[in-house]
Amino acid sequence: MKIRTGFGDRLFQIGNATLIVIFSLATLYPLWYEASISFSSSAGALKGGLIFWPREWTWEAYRVVFSSSYIWLAYRNSITVAAAGTCLHVLLTAMTAYPLNKRGLPGGKLVTFLILFTMLFGGGMIPTYMLVKSLGLINSLWALILPGMISAFNVIVMQSFMRTIPEEVEESATMDGANPLRIFFTIILPLCKPVLATIALWECVALWNNFMQALIYLNDKSLYTLPILLKQIIAGQQLMAESGQYTDSSTETVIAATIIVTIIPILLTYPFLQKHFMKGTMLGSVKA
Amino acid sequence: MGIGIQKMNQERKLRDVKPSLVKSFNKYKYYYVLLLPGLIYFIVFKYLPMGGILIAFQDFKVTGGIFSSPWVGLKWFRILFDSPDFWVALKNTILISFYKLVFNFPAPILLALMLNEIVNRVFKRVVQTIVYFPHFLSWVVLGGILFSLFSVDTGILKLFSITTSPLMNPDTFRGFLVGSEMWKEIGWGTVIYLAAMAGINPELYEAAKMDGANRLKLIMHITIPSIMPTIVILLILRTGSILNAGFDQIYIMYNPLVYEVSDVLDTYVYRLGLTMGRYSFASAAGLFQSVVGLLLLLFTNWLVRRMGERGLW
Repeated sequence: MKIRTGFGDRLFQIGNATLIVIFSLATLYPLWYEASISFSSSAGALKGGLIFWPREWTWEAYRVVFSSSYIWLAYRNSITVAAAGTCLHVLLTAMTAYPLNKRGLPGGKLVTFLILFTMLFGGGMIPTYMLVKSLGLINSLWALILPGMISAFNVIVMQSFMRTIPEEVEESATMDGANPLRIFFTIILPLCKPVLATIALWECVALWNNFMQALIYLNDKSLYTLPILLKQIIAGQQLMAESGQYTDSSTETVIAATIIVTIIPILLTYPFLQKHFMKGTMLGSVKA
Repeated sequence: MGIGIQKMNQERKLRDVKPSLVKSFNKYKYYYVLLLPGLIYFIVFKYLPMGGILIAFQDFKVTGGIFSSPWVGLKWFRILFDSPDFWVALKNTILISFYKLVFNFPAPILLALMLNEIVNRVFKRVVQTIVYFPHFLSWVVLGGILFSLFSVDTGILKLFSITTSPLMNPDTFRGFLVGSEMWKEIGWGTVIYLAAMAGINPELYEAAKMDGANRLKLIMHITIPSIMPTIVILLILRTGSILNAGFDQIYIMYNPLVYEVSDVLDTYVYRLGLTMGRYSFASAAGLFQSVVGLLLLLFTNWLVRRMGERGLW
């Protein structure tokens, strides 16, 4: 049946859509602004005001960025950390979640409690730093990977997904004489692909954007990941701005270019990321 | 004779227990193999640091280590509570978190309600794609963009002849933190609410429309009550982290001009511990932060359950 849409309803629709459009443009503008700056000449960028298109189009800033060896090193380090960290994270999360789903497992409840408790309480920044230090991981990319190798939350998400796999799948494999290790690697893991992909993307983005641990654990500039390198470049420019000496007027555009270079991988994979992140939020909310 | 029977019974029990333990271990050994790396991880990287909290009660010396540093009881906590810097950091943390809670918690709910009213699917999807994006960027990137956008030399402030950047002004800096977080997370925050709204039975709306309810009434009496459980859960989680005002964001955006209004517990602990090397003192501050956070979470959960809603557990 059709319900008559009145004048008030139509006004509501138009007002609502207008507000949403304005809001979307406000979200988009800072990113557009930064991209425009990165292609502008330094004089054009320094004029200020609203920028909708690059002023005096030039690749100069990108040439400067890519001629520094540190950006390449930082790219390599970021990719290493994201790739290795994601693989380990996904594998270990699955390996932990699977046995804990077995109802009769002696000690399973205790381990589950130990894992869940870490969501409520933790040692904090300083004791964790001291642990990483005593493991000899300061100034090592492992310091960005190992401390976050599994998260309790992802174990829960993985467990709730694994519960949806029918038990008959495992039972028939057991009757064929396969042991649990074999079942896990050849049957369970392939069936878990959707949730593995979701958790992998969560981790990958988190590792790519990880700032705090890089700040705390890395001092050697050749080990810098992209976020910490970017922070250093920005801090350098701020220092100059505060002391009133703009020695290199192109810094503004160079920072913009570095920012764009940093977010390009995210931008390229975004449609993919968005889809899987949304799925993951649903998975997480089922449990919550 | 009684004793003899008892003994026999005990022996039998032992005999029964032992093989079954071995048997169950054999049955489950492969599961333990899978579980072992994860268990080691949690013990080493989560529980050892919890033990490391003990240095908050010690006069920790790097040379002595945790086993031979002298115990000092609550000395660091007394010093902490006597330190004006700590109270400033605590006040800033609570204020910034409170503002974020008041403004940034309801904001995605409002946006989700607005998006939910959009009928055109393509339009809705385009908007979602745009507003979700900032969530995927790090604070370093956003900080860099905001510095440039709100700089008095280059940015949009020139249009309005404003000569002080809101990032350098103690009166506006906290507002800027709240606003920029809203800009980054409001879109992504709608995902979970939109999912909850998608699960509402359409017949409810149809029935209410037949009774003559307008859009506002539908929202007030059907949509909002239906997403209430989701709102409650997220609110509990948010309360538990009220003493975490957001290290990345603040560390990246603050500067000497605004330290007094933006030094929070996280940055305070970082500075004490990792810049100044006062491990014991910083651990005491960190412990205070996590214990209060835990208590707040437990309290909110208790409160919510008393009010008849479902809590976290």
